[in-house]
Parts: sequence; structure tokens; C-alpha cells
Amino acid sequence: MNAIQADHLIKRFGSVTAVNDVNLTVREGEIFGFLGPNGAGKTTTMRLLTGVLTPDAGAVRINDIDIHRHPLEAKMQMGVIPESSTVYGDMSAEQNLQLSGQMYGMPRADRDARVDELLSRMGLTEKRKLPVRTFSKGMKQRVSIACAIIHRPHVLLLDEPTSGLDVQSRRLVIEKIRDMNEQGSTIFLTTHNIEEANTLCQTVCIINKGQIVAQDSPERLKKMFDTTQSVEVSFDRPVTRDLFAGEGIVRAEPCGDKWRLYTDNPDRVLKYLVGRAQRDAIGITSLATSGPSLEEAFVQLTECA
Amino acid sequence: MMEIPLALRGILVITGKNMRLYYTKPPVLMFGLLFPLFMFFAFFVGRKLDLFTFFPAFLAMMLFFTASSVGPLITPWEKREKTYERLLSYPVTQDSIILGDVVAGAVFGLGISILVWVASTIFVPVAITNTGLFILAFILGTLSCAALGALLASPASDSPPNVMIFSNLIRFPLIFISGIFVPLAQMQGPGLALAYCSPLTYLVDLFNAAMSGTSVFPPAVDCGVLIGVSAVFILAARVIQTRNLVKGL
Repeated sequence: MNAIQADHLIKRFGSVTAVNDVNLTVREGEIFGFLGPNGAGKTTTMRLLTGVLTPDAGAVRINDIDIHRHPLEAKMQMGVIPESSTVYGDMSAEQNLQLSGQMYGMPRADRDARVDELLSRMGLTEKRKLPVRTFSKGMKQRVSIACAIIHRPHVLLLDEPTSGLDVQSRRLVIEKIRDMNEQGSTIFLTTHNIEEANTLCQTVCIINKGQIVAQDSPERLKKMFDTTQSVEVSFDRPVTRDLFAGEGIVRAEPCGDKWRLYTDNPDRVLKYLVGRAQRDAIGITSLATSGPSLEEAFVQLTECA
Repeated sequence: MMEIPLALRGILVITGKNMRLYYTKPPVLMFGLLFPLFMFFAFFVGRKLDLFTFFPAFLAMMLFFTASSVGPLITPWEKREKTYERLLSYPVTQDSIILGDVVAGAVFGLGISILVWVASTIFVPVAITNTGLFILAFILGTLSCAALGALLASPASDSPPNVMIFSNLIRFPLIFISGIFVPLAQMQGPGLALAYCSPLTYLVDLFNAAMSGTSVFPPAVDCGVLIGVSAVFILAARVIQTRNLVKGL
């Protein structure tokens, strides 16, 4: 059974077709990344999947339940974190979680225990009674996540969950997403952060101008669009570009205190750099290789579509 | 089959959330109590109005202002605070949200009005000739006024001040054309025609029937009109809010 199945979704706003014949399949238990440039139709698709909007055509099934025929049953299966940290600022963290639990019909005793557990896991126990409006953006996002997962949903949908967060909060949010996935939830997330999608997702889907332009694993997408790899090297003294002429180096770019060398054959470049450094008595202070990037695939897909 | 209990639960939870977030704030409670009293003093003190004639109208005005006071602000406020989208993603429908807003307004209107009525009876010896009709007037009055509040929340605005201006432009004129300060029996011509168009007129008339036993329309007509306008207001709110759903999300 697929956790999310969207077939031929179309959504128009006046003369603008925001989502045009979108088909999506999210397998149970996977982390699915939904990428696209601004205005590509990510949030509209997300709203169609969560039942906030009704499509002009097509259907969405959550755990095999048609969301537009049985919206309440389908919504019981999922937790949603909209783009902004949308929790009630005048309520405390505890009250927000209690309200969420009530919305999902959790019995009082269950709810109380789960609220305590989530507040502790999110590091909010000490601030549980304070109004959320006094919280930082990262703390609000933690409350928002706790509200969405209070009923242990089968499917968790997140719209730009780490957007605008500091490093610590971003790491914590990613850790919680992984935790939820390890506990069996299927994760659907939209993001601008390609690196995040690359490290987090088993499947990535790219939307552009309302249409899906690619859907595959990050590694396969990268290989499909970018065969060039790179080597990053830094030396103990300045060197000129001449040092990198030939030996399979396609292009050399200064990159801060390092050089980034693009090549189809990193093995040959590494051997050359070590040999050349020994011959010229130059010290290598750092050396690293990196594969094709998902960013390159994303740029190519969204530019040529 | 599972959807109906879920929908009812949604209405109840949203009603509770609205009561806690919007209606039990001290300024709202104070405004709910003080505004009708100020209106009462403004129009009653120094004028030769018969208190027994004016009291049913005062109760209707009280219900009207309290039950429709906060409703127009809830949806625009939630859209502005970006909580509306999360609300829609819970196991609730837009209908549950509208009905939750109506029930919260009705409970608030009923609570404050009963409080004022009980306090008033200490100072004013008002009579009730038909208790059943009196209770029915409270229930139908608060329901129709709260439904009007939900309808006034429907314009495509996420700015509470704009909605408040719009809401007051509709609500204030209604109290002058609905037989509150000038009894319906004394109205004529265009004034009377306008009064027939106001749902508040039928509420005042129903309170008159319940308290003094005299009314312009049969109580069944008053009840029918109040039930009818409540349904129309709720349906209109549903249609307009569905059309404006994306605006402000």
C-alpha cells in the first residue's frame, strides 16, 4: 500500500494552472522530498494532499483513503506542518498540544501522557506554561512539530520545515523527522534546501511550472544530470592556476582559501596533485573529493523545463 | 459513517478553542457587558421611554451585540496569524469551522445576556408571560446573531480592523431600523419596509410576545424567520468562505 497516491491532480486559480496533471507515489515508510523553485506549485500540491484545497481534477489517497470523499478519516492518518510556525501564540505550548490532541480525538489520559512526552523530547518542559508568542522561531517550530505528531500519524507532511531556522534548531528538526521515520511514519517534505533533501530523502521529486519534471532517488538523479566530480584542495602557500593545467582537470576555480577542480577522473587528479606537490615541495593542507551534485540536477531540470 | 462523529467532535473542539482564545479575554467580556449598558443609558436616560416597552428590545440588542461581536474577527484573525491552514489540516472541514464559530458566538451571547437579564430583574420588575417563548427567543436570537457574525467574517480580508469596520457598518444601522428605539407598531412607510428586512425586528417582536404578550407578528412567524435567516447566513458564509479560502492563507 502506498502512503500517498496522487493521480492526475489539476488545480487552477483563474487563468493560472498552479498544478498541472501531477502524479505522485510515496511509498510507505520512506522520506520523500518535494523540490521546486519559488512559484513552482509545491505549496499548492501540498495543500491538495492535505485536503486544505480541493483539486479541479484528479484524486489523492492517503493510506488508501480518498481525501476528498472521506476528508476526516484521511486527515486522521496524517500530521501536517504548514510553512509558517502556525501555532496559537496566545496559548502555551502545553495548551497548543492539548488542542491538537483534542482535534485528533485522543482520550484525556493518553493526551496528557503524550503531551508530557513530547514536551520533554522537544526540550520544552520548562517553558510548557509560557505563551508561545514569547518563543523563538525554532521553539515555535518544535511546538508545531509536536502538534503534528501528537497522534502518532502514519504520514507526516512538512512544508519547508527548516526554513529560516538557526543551525541548532534545523538540526533538531531534522533529527525529529528522522526519529518519526524510524518509528514508522512516512515523511513528505517540501524544501528549498537541496543538501537537506539529498541527505534526508530516499526519493526526490522535482516540480517546475506546476508539472513534475523528475522523480527518483537522489543518487540516480545526480548521475542522470551531472557526471562531473570535483576535488577540493588547499596548499600551505598560494599557487597559480597554471598548476592545474591538464591531467584530466576540466576546470579549476578558486573557492575561498581552496581550489575546486572539476574532473571526470578524480583518481588521476589526486595522483597528479600528490606527485606535483612532492616535486614542487608544496604542502597539501586539505584534500577532498565530491560527487555529482543534486543541485546541478535541480538547476538543469528546472531551467530546461 | 465515521465522518459524522468526527465532524461533531470538530465543531465542539473548535467551539472550545474559540471560547478560550477569543471570548474569555477580559476586554471582550467587559465590552460585551458594558456596550449594551451604555447603549441602554444613552437611549433610555432622560427620555420618556416606557421601561417595560423598552426592556424586550434591550434584551434583543444585548443578544445581538454580544453574539455577533467576535465572530466576524475569528477567521480574518486566524488567517493573519497563519493558524487557519493548520486548522483546516486537522480532521475538520470548513463547515465544522463555521459551525464552531457560530456555536461559540451563540454560547457567549447567551451567557452574557442571561447574566444581564438576571441582574436586571433585581432592579427592574419585568414580567414574562410565556416562559417557553422567552427561552426560545434567547436560543433563536443568539443563533441568528452568531450566524450573522460568521457571515460577516467571510469577506476576503485577513485584516481584523477592516472586517470590524465592515461589520459595524452592517450591525449598527440594524439597531435603528429594527423596532428597538421606535416600536414597530409606530413605524410606517420606508422605515417599516426596512424593519421587515432586519432579522433583529423579529427577535424584538418575539421578546415582546414572550414578555408582554403583544406582538406584531405571530410568534411562529418570528421563529420561522429567525430559523430561516440563521440557515441563510450559515449557507452564505459557507459559500463565500469557500470562494475566499485561498485568500490570506
